[in-house]
Amino acid sequence: MKFIDEYRDFEIVQNISKKLRKYNDREISLMEVCGGHTMAIHRFGISSLLPENIKLISGPGCPVCVSGIGFIDSAIECSKIKDVIIATYGDLVRVPGSKSSLEEEKSKGADIRIVYSSLEALKIAKSNKNKKVVFLGIGFETTAPGSAVAIQIAYKENISNFYLLSAHKIMPPVMEALLNDRVKLDGFICPGHVSTITGSNIYNFIPKKYKIACVVTGFEPTDLMQSIFMLAKQINTKDQKVEIQYSRTVTKQGNLKAQEIMNEVFEAQNDLWRGIGEIPKSGLKLKGKYKNFDAEKVFNLRIVFKNENPNCICGDILRGLKKPTECKLFSKVCSPENPIGACMVSSEGACHAYYKYYSYE
Amino acid sequence: MCLSIPGKVIKIEVDFAEVSVGGTIVKVGTQMVDDVKVGDYVLVHAGFALQKIDEKEALETLQLFREMSDD
Ligand code: SF4
Repeated sequence: MKFIDEYRDFEIVQNISKKLRKYNDREISLMEVCGGHTMAIHRFGISSLLPENIKLISGPGCPVCVSGIGFIDSAIECSKIKDVIIATYGDLVRVPGSKSSLEEEKSKGADIRIVYSSLEALKIAKSNKNKKVVFLGIGFETTAPGSAVAIQIAYKENISNFYLLSAHKIMPPVMEALLNDRVKLDGFICPGHVSTITGSNIYNFIPKKYKIACVVTGFEPTDLMQSIFMLAKQINTKDQKVEIQYSRTVTKQGNLKAQEIMNEVFEAQNDLWRGIGEIPKSGLKLKGKYKNFDAEKVFNLRIVFKNENPNCICGDILRGLKKPTECKLFSKVCSPENPIGACMVSSEGACHAYYKYYSYE
Repeated sequence: MCLSIPGKVIKIEVDFAEVSVGGTIVKVGTQMVDDVKVGDYVLVHAGFALQKIDEKEALETLQLFREMSDD
């Protein structure tokens, strides 16, 4: 497939792997903050191609994994309201809330429908005028503009039975929160698709303020290997900056049109992250103009922070402090068939990726 | 969920395009990208075209890989 196959050249991957060995005089920790990267790293066995001293850690990049228990509980509460249809991305339905999951509620009769995009949810609203359709908006700057487009259309066309329950989040504040926390890091493998929208300039404060290397990275094996090489070089020469490896879709400024749509509809507010807690100005909520579409306001929901199962260490994993294999429940009690924490639910979650590709480690 | 896939635009309608992703045709919103044309490659994500793929940059990246492997 074009733009995929050419980036899977094994010879190139091996050559970069050999070259990386020259940067072996110190420990280097690199964090990926995109679930797509977590998945690709495990799928292609990237860690096994790196010298011992270069370690990869998974950060809080899986949108499903960072959506708090409180959000799931609010979605469930909402699904119990008369005439409500919940429209959601498929990954979310199996995430455990404090008492049940959306999947369980569906089996008990709640009208919960899996959609592929916000526009599909809008379509359900248009063809079910006597029902109220609540779309669960999760994800970072990649999915937020899509939710914003749906809201703009609903506003323009006066669709009064469509609502958004937003858990949309943005990347820079959580990256900064990690750096201010105990997390020891030398570089970020910056998210490729978030940056497609935002541009790479949003990371400029990271090398400037924290002296941490940043490379915006694509999702194929050669992309990942090249980026790791670029990061190792930056760290070795103490020339920390923001570079774009994934230049076929990412620019410094990003997609201005998508940013404009997002800014028109959303404003940044403090938000709750599963296992981490509240991070200032890290979430996106609808602006006042669109309050009639805001499920939280219309249905009077209150999303609060709730603690995990005390044995689940998802929070430490999302902060790069622990590995899934350090969790007592991993693979014994918690598995993709019976997920205890959110990191095991989505295929982009660190625990799920470890479970699936463990033989590579 | 973060998966975005490159696809080739095969048909344009108002605010929508039909995109071939590895042979499967999907209909995506084009509200976020300006002047997409038939034949362009776009990055498809959760029902939208996020961005056009820059062919020149794509080729340059491949060239860089080769140079890295040679020297
Ligand atoms: S293995 Fe399960 S219980 Fe343990 S941290 Fe991962 S998701 Fe949580």
